[in-house]
Amino acid sequence: MPYIQNSDADRSEMLAAVGVKSIADLFTSIPEEVRLNESLNLSAGLSEDQLMRHMQELSSGNQASAGVNFLGGGIYDHSWPTTVDHLMSRSEFLTAYTPYQPECSQGTLQAIYEFQSMIAELCGCEIANASMYDGASAAAEAAMMAMSQTRRKKVIVSAAMHPETRETIHTYLKHIDAEMVEAPIVDGVTDFSGLIDDKTAAVMVQQPNFFGNIEDIAAVAEAAKEVKALSVASLYPVATGILASPGKQGIDIVVGDGQSLGVPMAFGGPSFGFFAAQQKSVRKLPGRLVGISNDTEGRRAFTLTFQTREQHIRREKATSNICTNNALIALRGCIHMAALGPQGLEEVACVSRQRALEMVELLDLAGIRRAFPDQHFFNEVCFQVDNDEMVALFKQNLRAQGVQGVLAMSAWYDDMDGCFTLACTERTMPEDLIALSTIARQTFIPEVA
Amino acid sequence: MYLAPVQLLFEESRPGRRNWQTPGADRGVATADLPAHMVREKAPALPELGELDLIRHFTRLSQKNYAISTNFYPLGSCTMKYNPVVNERIAADPQWYNLHPYQDDDTVQGALELMHNLAADLGEATGLPGVTLHPAAGAHGELTALMVLRAWLDDQGQNQRRKILIPDSAHGTNPASCTLAGFDVVTVKSNDRGLCAVSDLVEHLGDDTAGMMITNPSTLGLFEEDVVKICGLVHEAGGKVYMDGANFNAIMGITRPGDFGIDMMHLNLHKTFSTPHGGGGPGSGPICVTEELTKYLPTPSVIQGENGFELSTPESSIGRVRGFHGNFLVLVRAYAYMKRLGAEGIKRVAENAVLNANYIRVKVSDHWRVPFDRICMHEFVARPTKEMREAGIHTIDIAKRLIELGYHPPTVYFPLVVAEAIMIEPTETESKETLDAFIEALIQVAKEAAAGEDFLHQAPRNMPVSRVDEAKAVKDPQLCFRCQ
Ligand SMILES: Cc1ncc(COP(=O)(O)O)c(C=O)c1O
Repeated sequence: MPYIQNSDADRSEMLAAVGVKSIADLFTSIPEEVRLNESLNLSAGLSEDQLMRHMQELSSGNQASAGVNFLGGGIYDHSWPTTVDHLMSRSEFLTAYTPYQPECSQGTLQAIYEFQSMIAELCGCEIANASMYDGASAAAEAAMMAMSQTRRKKVIVSAAMHPETRETIHTYLKHIDAEMVEAPIVDGVTDFSGLIDDKTAAVMVQQPNFFGNIEDIAAVAEAAKEVKALSVASLYPVATGILASPGKQGIDIVVGDGQSLGVPMAFGGPSFGFFAAQQKSVRKLPGRLVGISNDTEGRRAFTLTFQTREQHIRREKATSNICTNNALIALRGCIHMAALGPQGLEEVACVSRQRALEMVELLDLAGIRRAFPDQHFFNEVCFQVDNDEMVALFKQNLRAQGVQGVLAMSAWYDDMDGCFTLACTERTMPEDLIALSTIARQTFIPEVA
Repeated sequence: MYLAPVQLLFEESRPGRRNWQTPGADRGVATADLPAHMVREKAPALPELGELDLIRHFTRLSQKNYAISTNFYPLGSCTMKYNPVVNERIAADPQWYNLHPYQDDDTVQGALELMHNLAADLGEATGLPGVTLHPAAGAHGELTALMVLRAWLDDQGQNQRRKILIPDSAHGTNPASCTLAGFDVVTVKSNDRGLCAVSDLVEHLGDDTAGMMITNPSTLGLFEEDVVKICGLVHEAGGKVYMDGANFNAIMGITRPGDFGIDMMHLNLHKTFSTPHGGGGPGSGPICVTEELTKYLPTPSVIQGENGFELSTPESSIGRVRGFHGNFLVLVRAYAYMKRLGAEGIKRVAENAVLNANYIRVKVSDHWRVPFDRICMHEFVARPTKEMREAGIHTIDIAKRLIELGYHPPTVYFPLVVAEAIMIEPTETESKETLDAFIEALIQVAKEAAAGEDFLHQAPRNMPVSRVDEAKAVKDPQLCFRCQ
């Protein structure tokens, strides 16, 4: 049998040692009437070679992006160094579990500490945890942490946050005594005016927002502070290569999805969520934390810490129920950030934005205008054309040329007929932009093209 | 094991060292149109290292770990089985990892088919046909299922039911998930055989009962023999029964939770289905539910329509519990694992997992206290004898001594119902020789402990660090480099 090493002879010897006659005797504590009499209705096992062929056949039913990808909406086609794949596939990292025993887990622990340090630096915060499931669930946990810390129940969520993040927050909050309020969008950015009051636990905003627009998060932080509410920003971490970090602009909790930090798009998962805050709220933080201490000989030693917040100690009073997180993918992020360094991250951010600027110019020539021309964007841009039929036609024409792109906003926003986003990364090549604009011209001004 | 200290990336950093580069960047152009307050003054202070030093840094760190591929890892409740390397190769196919979640359904038919068929197979293995692949881990599955329960109760006009019964041996995520879902926890006692006490359960059942969470096999490694009756009682009282399926490895192919009365359960694909989760994740915690509860599952699920597979939203869905479609690359590995094993192989997994656990149990039970010393499932719980405790030796000392001898320690101090618990789960992938060597080590340590050997308090003495002062880490928190 695959992956089972013991032979029949081994099994006989072991059964004798246990003092039973057969394997079946090991299962007599299971009531007979619910024991299966026949095997499960699953296919027969495959050899490794058959398995590889089967998987290849299955995967060939996909058309993965072969390079030209303008789709965004939270998952971006960034590149990563080979060092990331190489190092994270070392089986000493790959097949260890949570570092409960610090003496034989210093490698994992130090890497998590370094991850926390770099995430905190990007977010502009004092501390960060060892990772969350993803960006959406991290945002939901941030809302709950703010409720717990302020002992208030109102959570104000920007309508320009990623729709799936908003839905996740909504699902998490609807069963506890909480009130979720959506702050409307005015000209492509969030308008919180008149909503933030002394009942507010959290004010939540995304940077850049779902339309790619840069929000004035300093003002959000300020407004929250005035009523002693907590401000929460969901951050696209690559943007911090050139944009001011949320923590430095006064935001209390910074969360987000780490996919853009060296993680494949992978149909949306697994990536990792990150969670950063200020030191004073450490006891309210969800998830695992690694800190530095000493061993008995005074040597520097890393260890899990502040575990009294967690479910295995605090049970129903824990700050969160999270146990398994996304550590291995966070390790990817850790190696990626270290490989980029300050300049590397800045370059990725710059090139992503330069391409987006060029894209806007080129599409303008094709008669495609930005939906929110008064706003600033980073690498993702919301455009507006006559109607959704034209959006669909554009998308179809792009697809015919092997180009992925065009996220129609009306899938999530009823009043955004004709609006769509396109995202650029450092992988977007000038010739990709030419192709995009050529197809745009053929679609929108066929008489000229 | 690499013993020398490895400096922090930040300490190894030297200004101007470069590694990954992206040509064509022009900060002036990239920021010219942005207002000054939006732009950061200088790039984030990440470490600066060359490629070779980076490789050495992380290679050395990796060598400071015990892992399944280097050491026996009998961490109870965590099912640390061999993670087949072929699955890594399969997951490294760009036709999987280069998919964007917002591609049109017709361009991701392979991915959707995989998800659809994996869900169907998990439904078959559990006897619970409604499956969502969304939850990111076991605890996330628990929470999702409890939300499903809330939705069902609301539909029944029974939302006054707020109590969830949980045996005292349950994992901490069970009660923590209840709180998150807005339920109150009522603890049910274990009886003298280590099983959920039906007499105590009955005491707590009533018209405020929303349901029960039961772990089966339990965290003591015992099959809940009264599970059919327990499910019946909870159903009679108007509640639903959730099964924590973290221990499904012991029973797959042998019995099906759906057949013994369970309404909902989670599976830990990162345990039972062998997907690597280095350092603590990623996981995947699908939940499987009865036909009746299927319409409440989170969105999206994969259905087979006229034009192929498509994403769709169940009729009365609780909504989303995360972004996108689940931890897809974990699903790919779990699917490959199941296909390689087939129906027969899956059953063999359970059989061998249970045999391996019992083999260790009978060989060590003369030397350790095994509170429930009868045929166990995939794991069993031991504890130091009275003699050892009187000699001043505690479970922590045992764990650390095992590290010294080259073993990742079992899970310790859990479940809480056994003081000083040592929870041993060998898994099916270990050979008899490995088990024999471990048994020998356990017997040796038992003798050392009974003799009150002082060096047990110093263990481990051959690791990069000795015991860590955990109190200091809280008193003087140093959680990241910048804020020291
Ligand atoms: C019995 C039991 N229940 C629940 C969980 C939680 O699962 P996860 O860590 O995947 O969230 C675990 C594992 O940690 C477990 O052992």
